[in-house]
Amino acid sequence: MLNQLSDSLLTGNADAVASLVKQAIDQKLDPNNILNDGLIAGMTVVGQKFKSHEIFLPDVLIAAKAMNAGMEILKPLLVKEGIPSIGRIVIGTVQGDLHDIGKNLVGIMLKGAGFEVIDLGKDVAPETFVEAAIENEAQIIGLSALLTTTMPVMKKVVNLATEKGLTGKIKIIIGGAPTTSDYANEIGADAYCYDGINAVDCARRILGVA
Amino acid sequence: MARQAQESFRSVTKPVGVVADIRKNGIKSIYHGDGHNESPAPLEAIIDQSSQLALYAVTVGENVSDEISRLFAEDEFAPAAMLDAAASQGAELAAQQVEHSVRQQLKASNRWITGHETMSFSPGYCGWHVSAQRKLFEHLNPQEIGITLTDSCLMQPLKSISGVIVTGPRRIFSFDDNYAFCDQCKNRSCRERMKAIHTDK
Ligand code: B12
Ligand code: SF4
Repeated sequence: MLNQLSDSLLTGNADAVASLVKQAIDQKLDPNNILNDGLIAGMTVVGQKFKSHEIFLPDVLIAAKAMNAGMEILKPLLVKEGIPSIGRIVIGTVQGDLHDIGKNLVGIMLKGAGFEVIDLGKDVAPETFVEAAIENEAQIIGLSALLTTTMPVMKKVVNLATEKGLTGKIKIIIGGAPTTSDYANEIGADAYCYDGINAVDCARRILGVA
Repeated sequence: MARQAQESFRSVTKPVGVVADIRKNGIKSIYHGDGHNESPAPLEAIIDQSSQLALYAVTVGENVSDEISRLFAEDEFAPAAMLDAAASQGAELAAQQVEHSVRQQLKASNRWITGHETMSFSPGYCGWHVSAQRKLFEHLNPQEIGITLTDSCLMQPLKSISGVIVTGPRRIFSFDDNYAFCDQCKNRSCRERMKAIHTDK
């Protein structure tokens, strides 16, 4: 059944995914297995196919919608049984910037890979990023900026996290068209990611998830 | 799905634009902006050799961005991303339309010179720092058509484009893509643009 679940994700069939998750729960399958061997396994294949250009972004997004349909049913059970996600990430577009398509896509990819994503939206102040990360016990803050004029806000977030003694405890990853890995190094961020798939790999690496 | 995005785009947008001629000494101060440009940069020499200059700003409006946000909020990720791409393309087409109308106007008023061409440049590209938007806005006043500029030089609505349309002899638009800042350039769009001006419009 979990294989069937993965396959339904690949075809982006949200109704089938929801109904298979329900069935799996009814059959008392371990929620952790439903998540890992069904939903995340399916999305991993979707990610791999996207990486190798076998499918395109809309296919990934249709699969992500189906994943969410399944997660909606599974999540209450995961919470009830105290099953943690593989990692918690606070993400947002920095203050002064309203470009959010890229940040949204990264959030969708991370969620699909099993991360818990707290999306703060756009035009987010440095304090809000740091406070939200502390409050939600996030391991990663993800910052997005699309203009050279808003990139300096990323440095402010890094500085504020340092001031609060979070260096090493909360990793900061950055992305957005004008950013680079040199810029990430320059401001003391932990990594630069060029797209959503890369962000998933990077978050996995940071958190030591296989 | 691409067609759906285009239809949805048409139903929620109404492109508008504003364009105004500007003299060479006027554009120099706008180009200089807050003094953050890279130098040398292609536009420096192009402005000097130009025959006509026009500032412009276009937008496809706020509704489309609201619609994209609504789709994302409802987990309709694929239609949202398609509509976003259609809206960006729509803004680019609107900018091209303005460039076309500048040419038409020059022709209509017998100011078009054979062998001349037009090319559009925008703050934020090719060494022209995005902070020059402030001066461009002061001069053009696109607020009149609903485009405003934030302190961080972001235009609202998001799907808007501003710039200068330069007219001049075709040869002035030929430049190499080996400026220091070209290393960071992901699309090298100048190459395509140069090719395009060597084909008849
Ligand atoms: C399409 C586009 C537009 C569209 C709309 C933009 C939009 N997003 O809504 C239009 C045509 C309207 C436009 C206008 C302008 N643009 Co524009 N635009 C682009 C372009 C070509 C693609 C942006 C895009 O939508 N990409 C698709 C999305 C999905 O990708 P993304 O946002 O980059 O996100 C991905 C990654 O960056 C990464 N990522 C993003 N955030 C995060 C966060 C984290 C945590 C991680 C891990 C990863 C990550 O993963 C995402 C998914 O793959 C880029 C150049 C480029 N190739 O990127 C320029 C670019 C963003 N634009 C630029 C500029 C300058 C402008 C204008 C100022 C030009 C002008 N004077 O008119 C205006 C500004 C508009 C405004 N409102 O103020 C510059 C900005 C840099 C700068 N100089 O400041 C760029 C980089 C082009 C360049 N010069 O190289 N633009
Ligand atoms: S390579 Fe890129 S930055 Fe350099 S001139 Fe061409 S378009 Fe501009």
